[in-house]
Amino acid sequence: MEILLIIVSAIFVNNIVLAQFLGICPFLGVSNKLSTATGMSAAVCFVITLATLVTYLINKYLLLTLGLEFLQTIAFILVIAALVQMVEIVLKKVSPSLYQALGIFLPLITTNCAVLGVAINVVTKEFTFGQPAHMLGLGEAVLYAFATSLGYGLAMVLFSGLREHLALNNVPKAFRGVPIALITAGILAMAFMGFSGIA
Amino acid sequence: MSKFKLITKGLVKDNPTFVLLLGMCPTLATTTSAINGLSMGLATLFVLVLSNMAISLIAPVVPDKVHIPVYIVVIATFVTLLQFLMQAFVPSVYASLGLFIPLIVVNCIVLGRAEAFANKNSIVDSAFDGIGVGLGFTLSLTVIGIVREILGSGSIFGWKFLAGDGMLAFVMAPGAFLVLGYLMVLFNKFVAKK
Repeated sequence: MEILLIIVSAIFVNNIVLAQFLGICPFLGVSNKLSTATGMSAAVCFVITLATLVTYLINKYLLLTLGLEFLQTIAFILVIAALVQMVEIVLKKVSPSLYQALGIFLPLITTNCAVLGVAINVVTKEFTFGQPAHMLGLGEAVLYAFATSLGYGLAMVLFSGLREHLALNNVPKAFRGVPIALITAGILAMAFMGFSGIA
Repeated sequence: MSKFKLITKGLVKDNPTFVLLLGMCPTLATTTSAINGLSMGLATLFVLVLSNMAISLIAPVVPDKVHIPVYIVVIATFVTLLQFLMQAFVPSVYASLGLFIPLIVVNCIVLGRAEAFANKNSIVDSAFDGIGVGLGFTLSLTVIGIVREILGSGSIFGWKFLAGDGMLAFVMAPGAFLVLGYLMVLFNKFVAKK
């Protein structure tokens, strides 16, 4: 039951883009076409889950045991940057086709605040998920990160579908480009507010 | 470029929010009230000025291949410093901005200015550039914060002029996207086309 609550809450209720405002830059930047949006979401999904796993372990066994919690920000961003590099190298060797498909999106993920945001959130905040507030265990943290990244993908794919239609319409001059995209995102966020009663 | 120009160009012509569209996450997330927007802007200004100065000093000796990681570590150092200062002196502001203070590390404005300006200009010019862009960011965040606070809670900087709640949606997520979108339309219509 708790697993289901984590998944629903991370994907719909607290959607990372539309409710928490993380990862807005790629959300606005690469959502022009459905195919690129899907590629970006896949890359982000991969990196968020892996980065959360690694930073969680580093925080628990290295920073907390040595009393170095204040190094969290620096340590996490370095880990994420190194991880993205490593994922890039490994993918290039193991699966050139996937590497080709993700292409330029991989290096961009280092500065996607969704990755650092989720990594910091799971080690500093208390979550409830239908139970008394508690710090997440490793399994819960990774599941939460994975579900969050699925929510990211959902928002990206929905939004890019909307924008593909917008591109065909005659939009007033001052609204063209980002302003109309933001207003569309606002309406999408309003729709997602409807989920807030669920969990 | 004169020092005065360095400061003013960030306010309108190269406004980081309305023209360059940088740093969208904190812009949308922290502008629930005027005071929150203002604090977030000033926090970013602090990091921007210090990191610009530090990077303009070290840029000549940093090997080209590793310059991005080095810049990120420099920025992360100043962000950690800012976290300590805010926890010590303004804990309530730190609590309300929450996650978005450590996330200044990945704010593209800071790394953007390091790459585009600080690494090839003198320390004084870089400091002024940081102040200019930081003020531009602070100004936009405060304006968005004021609009959302008026519509959403019927108050300005915490001073309530309306009885009742206001339109709550404007304090929540949809309001952030809508207010920024419509402000951008006004900016395009009246300011940018000159």
